[in-house]
Amino acid sequence: MSTKQTPNGFSLDDSGKRVVVDPVTRIEGHMRCEVNVDGNNIIRNAVSTGTMWRGLEVILKGRDPRDAWAFTQRICGVCTGTHALTSVRAVEDALAIQIPENANSIRNIMQLALQVHDHLVHFYHLHALDWVNPVNALKTDPKATSELQQKISPRHALSSPGYFRDIQNRLKKFVESGQLGPFKNGYWSNPAYLLPPEVDLMAVTHYLEALDFQKEIVKARTIFGGKDPHPNWLVGGVPCPINLDGVGSVGALNMVNLNQISSIIDQVREFVNNVYVPDLLAIAGFYKGWTYGGGLSGMNVLAYGDIPDRANNYSADNLMMPRGAIINGNLKEVHEVDLRNPDEIQEFVPHSWYKYPDESKGLHPWDGITEANFQLGANTRGSKTDIRQIDESAKYSWIKAPRWKGHAMEVGPLARYIIGYAKGDKEITEQINFTLKTLDLPVSALFSTLGRTAARALEAQWAADKMRYFMDKMLANIKAGDSNTANVERWDPETWPAEVKGVGFSEAPRGALGHWIRIKDTRIANYQCVVPTTWNGSPRDQQGNIGAFEAALLNTKVERPEEPVEILRTLHSFDPCLACSTHVMSEDGQELAEVKVR
Amino acid sequence: MSGATAKRLPHVLILGIGNLLWADEGFGVRAVEAFQQRYHTPDSVRVMDGGTQGVYLVQEVRDADLLVVFDAIDYGLPPGTLKLIEGEAVPKYLGVKKVSLHQTGFQEVLALAEMLGDYPQQLLLIGVQPEEIEDFGGSLRPAIKAQIEPALQHAVAYLRHQGIAVRPRSSPLEIDPYAAAIDDIRRYETERPGPEQACRLGDERVVWSGTYEVGYRPADLGGEFLQVGLDQHLDSYRRARFEREE
Repeated sequence: MSTKQTPNGFSLDDSGKRVVVDPVTRIEGHMRCEVNVDGNNIIRNAVSTGTMWRGLEVILKGRDPRDAWAFTQRICGVCTGTHALTSVRAVEDALAIQIPENANSIRNIMQLALQVHDHLVHFYHLHALDWVNPVNALKTDPKATSELQQKISPRHALSSPGYFRDIQNRLKKFVESGQLGPFKNGYWSNPAYLLPPEVDLMAVTHYLEALDFQKEIVKARTIFGGKDPHPNWLVGGVPCPINLDGVGSVGALNMVNLNQISSIIDQVREFVNNVYVPDLLAIAGFYKGWTYGGGLSGMNVLAYGDIPDRANNYSADNLMMPRGAIINGNLKEVHEVDLRNPDEIQEFVPHSWYKYPDESKGLHPWDGITEANFQLGANTRGSKTDIRQIDESAKYSWIKAPRWKGHAMEVGPLARYIIGYAKGDKEITEQINFTLKTLDLPVSALFSTLGRTAARALEAQWAADKMRYFMDKMLANIKAGDSNTANVERWDPETWPAEVKGVGFSEAPRGALGHWIRIKDTRIANYQCVVPTTWNGSPRDQQGNIGAFEAALLNTKVERPEEPVEILRTLHSFDPCLACSTHVMSEDGQELAEVKVR
Repeated sequence: MSGATAKRLPHVLILGIGNLLWADEGFGVRAVEAFQQRYHTPDSVRVMDGGTQGVYLVQEVRDADLLVVFDAIDYGLPPGTLKLIEGEAVPKYLGVKKVSLHQTGFQEVLALAEMLGDYPQQLLLIGVQPEEIEDFGGSLRPAIKAQIEPALQHAVAYLRHQGIAVRPRSSPLEIDPYAAAIDDIRRYETERPGPEQACRLGDERVVWSGTYEVGYRPADLGGEFLQVGLDQHLDSYRRARFEREE
């Protein structure tokens, strides 16, 4: 080529210098990204490649469907519980199992706790360092940070000059010893960093506070899930019985546990309201001019919805986290989404390393095929030790290209918030309006990398509030005499039909997640997961439509291509995962820089 | 908050990390499972399956005065070799070749704990060099499984040496019959579907291992066999950097 238009409205030009970022992230499959920049260092072509086959689908075949949750939650190092939840929902859907109200409340609290936890850890420990410069934090007078802290969040107790001085000294020791610890290998002299040093020090301090605080959230999951990491789940409900008097069965939830969870929920709300959201607003205020990264968000967004208010009702009006699809940026119309309809969600493979009998057609996940077909295009450049440049005109990713009614879609907190806003959800609209007003920005500012980062913070706030809602709801239900947490009527496979299929869905922290299952003779006959990163990291489809990562990178100015902090900002804003090593190579494959990305 | 006071017993954490779905990568988790089933420990000891978790384990490490970690390691040793690494000698990178999903990683967990001023006073890594990790859905190879017992003996001896009263259970803990198959190595192995049904290919590197026949081979570039190795191509670079830092 060199210039071409994609059907979904983007202009691609691959004539400029190629920059390779590899890996970007490794969880949910490793990921690599290649871009072409023009003479002004503006990204004109972007290629996102999943470089590892998850293969989960094939290892589940033939296994007991009641165990699928435990396998699926071992696949990811971060959002383990959400895979487990989605899996038990898929099996329950297939077998028409109704779960008790308490189980629904507990699952929702677990899922909301995961949302808050993941968002918080993502913001401070992965994404913050795309905006915050810890080295610059050494330059401030701690008094200035103390004044700033008291101004932006007067209710946060840790705000004295002495406190910030201590942190600064600790940081100084790390820097002076040449061991920046987790802050090693950043692009700390890059002009893309815009915060004044007092804000940098505040953010670094909260990086440490958040690390300390997040353990509280884990405790809640441990109480309900029996253990954490990898809490226990159960087809038919939750594996923790309730016994308020606290005598009798060991391991049952009693009033002491429930009070502990209640207290944790209060602390979570406090931390999000007094630290996370004020930090987000303070940092965003200095990057208002950095408007890149919108990509598909202003056009096509998708959410399956989650957090059923009443148990066993997965219709859109019972889901507190919104469901819907928006096409071509028309916020006036939110389309209903049906995960069972074979014409809605389909996966395509013309640019993916899989084989279909007819690759011009997409397959609904129930009919999904996961058969590897690794082949590279004729224009691939590389040596025997690595691919230097992928050929995106051919197959170029282990990620399939999922489409909703043929459209490439963005999923995740921003998608959910845009859909909630378009639907007129009262709480979401209030949060968005407050944020835009505080930052003095128009609604269009939402459709950006910063919008994605802001939506995540607002959603953490929302999720913390909803934890309280479900805790209160469950306590009321228990007090009314219902302590049931599991329905085991159909536990025994002998009660199952010979052949059934089901779908389970949830909103994982990083976006819409679906598991489709077919059960035959009590064993898994087919299992397909379409994970959020499949949507966002999707390669091109038959028509050449680009996916969310690729679209979001286009037209971004990169100050220094060898230090592509701008690329990382945008990719990280999708929460592809936790910390990882990033490797940058120039066109000739020579290593220019290596960073620690967090 | 770090450090044992004169009054309280040191907090001990016995942690197994790894990915059960990646054959020998699951060594750490299987070892810690076996430890829990076979040994009784005082209340000051926590035995934890850290699984594929990364940074979320940091509070566990911070709370520990004494940390014993079971994991798969890559020291270029013959497969199945057991290696004990203690204290400062514990390297920055654990896990094998970074394919394990927990690689995000334990190195960072240690760095963060250190930065927060709560590094364990005593640290023992009990590692085993894997034989096979590219067998998705597979279990431990016999040579690796055979190292579980010696690994437990080393852990017990180390803990006793530190004054921790570890004793064998009169009979091993029974595995919850309702537990998922993955949590029971026997069922994980025996209920594994055959290769014709559940293909063993983990990722593209397996395509190159020569063990499996695949329908298509990538284009031959310039007469050289093209290898796609996200991790391999970083290895020499990592080694160089590691040596520089050393």
